Amino acid sequence: MTLLAPPHPLEKRVLLRRFPEPRTEPVWIDEYLRTDGYEAIRKALAMEPEQIVDEVKKSALRGRGGAGFPTGMKWSFVDRKSPKPKYVVVNADEGEPGTCKDRILMGYDPHRLIEGVLIGGRAIGANRGWIYIRGEYREYIDILDRAIAEAYERGFLGSNVLGTGWEFHLSTHTGAGSYECGEETALLESLEGKRGNPRLKPPFPATSGAFQCPTIVNNVETFCAVPDIILNGGEWYAALGTPKNGGTRLVCLSGHIERPGVYEVPLGMNLLTILNEIGGGVWKGRKLKAVIPGGSSSPVLKAEECDIPADYDSLAKAGSMLGSGATVVLDETTDMAKVLARLMKFYAHESCGWCIPCREGTTWLKKITARLEEGIGSERDIDTIDRISQSMLGRTFCPLGDAAAMPAMAIARKFREEILEKLSRADAFAPVEGAQPLVVL
Amino acid sequence: MTFSPELEARFAKMIASYPPGRQKGALIPMLLYAQDEVGAVTDEVIEEVSRRLNVSRVEVEEVLGYYTMLTREPRGKYHLQICTNISCLLTGGEELFQHACRKLGIGNREKTPDGQFSLEEVECLGACSWAPAMQVNYDFHYHMTPEKLDQLIDSLRKLQ
Amino acid sequence: MANMVTLTIDGKPVTVPAGTLVIDAAKQAGIDIPAFCYYEGFSVQAACRMCLVEVEKMPKLQPSCALPAAEGMVVHTETPKVVEARKSTIEFLLTNHPLDCPVCDKGGECELQDMTFRYGLGESQFLEIKHHADEKQWSPLVFYDPARCILCYRCIRVCDEGLGVAALGLSYRGVSAEIIPNKGDHLECDECGWCIDVCPVGALTSGTYRYKSRPWEMNYVPAICTHCSNGCKTTLSVRNGEIIRSNNRDRSGINGEFLCVKGRFGFDFVHNEERLQSPLIRKDGKLEPVSWSEALKFVVSRVRETIERNGKFAVIGSTRTTNEENFYLQKFARQGLRTNNIDHHRSGDVITLVDALAGRTDALATVGDLYTCDAALVLGADLAQQHPLLAYQLRANWRHHRSPVFVVTPGPVREDQYAARSLRAEAGGEVERLEELREELKARQNLVVLYGASVKGEAVRRLVAFGDSLGIPVKYVCLVDYVNSRGAVDMGLLPHLGPGYKPVEIPGMHLDAMMAAPDLDVIWVAGANPLEGGREFASKNAFVIVHELFLTETAQRADVVLPSMSLYEKNGTVTNVCGEVQRTKAGPKVMGTKSDLDILGLLAAQLGFDIGIPSQEKVLDEIRRTVRGYNVPLPVLATGGAAQAAVLNGNVPVDAQPEQVRPSGDTLFTSGTLGKYSKRLAQLMEAPGRLFQP
Repeated sequence: MTLLAPPHPLEKRVLLRRFPEPRTEPVWIDEYLRTDGYEAIRKALAMEPEQIVDEVKKSALRGRGGAGFPTGMKWSFVDRKSPKPKYVVVNADEGEPGTCKDRILMGYDPHRLIEGVLIGGRAIGANRGWIYIRGEYREYIDILDRAIAEAYERGFLGSNVLGTGWEFHLSTHTGAGSYECGEETALLESLEGKRGNPRLKPPFPATSGAFQCPTIVNNVETFCAVPDIILNGGEWYAALGTPKNGGTRLVCLSGHIERPGVYEVPLGMNLLTILNEIGGGVWKGRKLKAVIPGGSSSPVLKAEECDIPADYDSLAKAGSMLGSGATVVLDETTDMAKVLARLMKFYAHESCGWCIPCREGTTWLKKITARLEEGIGSERDIDTIDRISQSMLGRTFCPLGDAAAMPAMAIARKFREEILEKLSRADAFAPVEGAQPLVVL
Repeated sequence: MTFSPELEARFAKMIASYPPGRQKGALIPMLLYAQDEVGAVTDEVIEEVSRRLNVSRVEVEEVLGYYTMLTREPRGKYHLQICTNISCLLTGGEELFQHACRKLGIGNREKTPDGQFSLEEVECLGACSWAPAMQVNYDFHYHMTPEKLDQLIDSLRKLQ
Repeated sequence: MANMVTLTIDGKPVTVPAGTLVIDAAKQAGIDIPAFCYYEGFSVQAACRMCLVEVEKMPKLQPSCALPAAEGMVVHTETPKVVEARKSTIEFLLTNHPLDCPVCDKGGECELQDMTFRYGLGESQFLEIKHHADEKQWSPLVFYDPARCILCYRCIRVCDEGLGVAALGLSYRGVSAEIIPNKGDHLECDECGWCIDVCPVGALTSGTYRYKSRPWEMNYVPAICTHCSNGCKTTLSVRNGEIIRSNNRDRSGINGEFLCVKGRFGFDFVHNEERLQSPLIRKDGKLEPVSWSEALKFVVSRVRETIERNGKFAVIGSTRTTNEENFYLQKFARQGLRTNNIDHHRSGDVITLVDALAGRTDALATVGDLYTCDAALVLGADLAQQHPLLAYQLRANWRHHRSPVFVVTPGPVREDQYAARSLRAEAGGEVERLEELREELKARQNLVVLYGASVKGEAVRRLVAFGDSLGIPVKYVCLVDYVNSRGAVDMGLLPHLGPGYKPVEIPGMHLDAMMAAPDLDVIWVAGANPLEGGREFASKNAFVIVHELFLTETAQRADVVLPSMSLYEKNGTVTNVCGEVQRTKAGPKVMGTKSDLDILGLLAAQLGFDIGIPSQEKVLDEIRRTVRGYNVPLPVLATGGAAQAAVLNGNVPVDAQPEQVRPSGDTLFTSGTLGKYSKRLAQLMEAPGRLFQP
């Protein structure tokens, strides 16, 4: 089957421009070259590295992995004159629940990613890059391995890229099951063959990243946006979105929605437009209860909060975040206690254990919410969830603690009445058919 | 110990891709690919990989306990990984997992006595728009239902 | 002076070198910021989040252990917000902590207890089932209880960064994360037990101390480890005359809290059931227990009789007795027995070095110098095995200051891990390879040279000449083997040199000569085991007097065995490998034993020798007055400090007898004859270990 959705008229396909129709085969190198492929790197090779960075800065491209940090600025932090080798690392550890976009880019247009990496490498003066892909994505590792081999064969990678004398090597690197490795410094640790424990910052990767050398780490989608920025100019790209929120982005619609799928929209498109027009509205004719707008770590928005432009700044203003572009739709029948419990189970499972507030906080939240899901608990538990979350927020070593605390707090606050109602129901203790006994570990 | 020629070739290329003296970078990929071939990260695998990368046993065990895909015990020939995270939860992933438990008569992280199937409830597989999703070894299966799961398991059984 | 910055912490201005961490700057201002994972001298983890502080103009609380002080920074360490954060961190920690304080060894000296108390955490809203993992035994000495572990990673760091052993790791994740040993289910390491000491809670406990005592039931006695020559201070925890444990948590002494397996666990020989607790006299060919008065009377009569008939005496001293005892012993021999036939087991050529460096000041390195020198050169010694503290110091110097270490040894050593250059040379041929290092050594600001027993005689002079030719200040350490090996030389337990390297008029027999002499009448062995390994005295009919703790090979040959005290049981001073004099105090008591000083004093009185009052203070006073370089300041000794003896102010115009230098070849897990009586050392799977192993 194909994972590509048929284009919707409201979409603006830049990253997905090679897919006017759903298809099953990736774009291999000949087809890629026929459709402007590797033109951007030819252009970039004729530019000064500073110009490349400037162009990316002008595009107002922001990191598509979740944090939304301006990409051009990130690249400009690398000291090109440093005597150390510089590295490019692609974060393809797609793991934020609700997110399934990078696999589309890697699985169908692998050379776009390779070209984006080449441009990034050229911009910072690197000679080597790795694509860190989560272990479950073996399918995409194989596709990228083949695409990389093609690129080597045609001289886009190797010791003399396109005859310019510039050397650039690229390989895939597989993860082996860890959400935390999506955090860039944990990813670098993992790349070095260690546990995915995050690193102390500063120094930031731009100064001391992979193997203690200056490194840029960007998400797959971020790199994939770069070739078109170089081809058409940063201003063109910026104009596609809203101020400071340049370009288009992939949105992953999932959950209780009529037409789930990965679509490409300009930044700033109204969230309800995305849901109702592109996504075809809530499934089964039901009403919307809430939306998780940017992956499981983004605080949930109630239905009435959803009429806002979907870009980094607007969602931040609404108390949530654009995150990784994963938009999960929850219909009116959704048991929010169950959603909360499942998310907390996830974070407790994925906490690396390095720092106390995250290690103990996520586990505590998991245990309380598992009880609440079963209908066992009291109002005090909901207060405790809030207090634990507050104690984690901003105090953990890396953002995973915040990622757990923010949705916990949002659900506990916004759906307090619903959870209380569940706790008060007499049948909350009745065994559910097929349910396993409650085991809190 | 030696691995298959294909894997040896992959390892050679892999190890060469890290900076000189930093071959430890290949540790996690090597363990995972070796596990795919051998069935588990056995003592021999640990010894071999640590020898080739010049890392100590404790460095290997640190990552073994950390990464969920790595296993010391062989899993079933078909390792069913069913996602129950948010998008799959909303579309029946939990029911799917319960169904798989009943169908196979095993629980989470257990293996059927014949060693054919093992089951694991996993976190987000990145297939949210095609939920509920699962993997059999590395193969994805999308838009799953209990019926489709039955068919899948039956067809895998027939393959034996 | 480095760039200084001034910041304000809790209203106090503090000026520190730029780059100083806020937690250290606060300490300088007398402000204690609590922390679990922060450990001075080791890498920053920022994991426990206890040290979070409020910094003006920074929206989030900042970990002060990872925050460099900056000019004008304003820090608040105990605001309500900070206190609230710390309370919640403690509450988090306690959620899965078993709270089994009543049966926990750490109770009373637990940092988690103290912190819980400090922040007044009386209640929790944690209603869930605690995560639990069972306790594990990793070695006879190390137990790990993951349920109590708060994951501060101190243990991992001291083992890896501090010692270069890296036997501990971290596995699993989240709440299941725990420390793992290097061999799957057990440890194979130095067994030093430092991980246990640094553990802020009762997660790592000692096989020897578990469930033995409460910390407040014991007396704490400052002693010097009796094993190798490094002279580590160890605080003995003594209850009812018994040593319960040994560590140095207050970081007093030249070793801070560093101790090796022998220092931390090798004290059990003291209470070995084979300890001699009554004098023995050979009667009808068999050693029979007798009273002290009978034994002393017997010795006095035989000695007096031998003196009267002008018989021949030979005296073999100890490398584990105090300076006072050694000084008194040589006086007893020279002035009382009127013989210069006195020697001891020499394990390094100190004499040639003292002669070669005569007249210089500042040419002998201290243990502290090893941490501050700009480069170090190790010749012919497996430092990590034989001189663990010195090895630790060099490693710390490299870790903190990047001071390179150069190694010339017959085989692989642990220092190779980080050495700037490692050369292999046959034992005795080390000095021949120095030219290869000349350019690199010349480029350093200064150098400390440490040489083992294979470098002796002329090689030492060539080594000093090489050092002189570098044109940089060079200091030396002559490596010797036991706690007071150096003191024995300085105190004149030598046939040709009296105390302070003063040549005697008519040199006596050295050790080999005594062993070979057929005509000795009395052989007096004060705490040594020259007959180890089946050796024999050629004087078959000599009357042998032995002061010993155990019935060693030598004691078995004795006619009289006088049960003596170990170093841990007496007061006195000892001199370490670097010539640093330190005081040790009596801790445990073993009934029936006497110190060598008491034994000699009693005999001297009965024999009518006028050699001074045998009290430790009086003898030390005499040493300070009469022995070259030993006028060490008493206040330094009295306060637990180390004072280096200045022994270089004169030539030593004698044959150094380098052929008498014989290394014991002890490893981390052996300690000569004494080590054989430590069951703990013997039962370790790593024991006996080998030198020069990769």
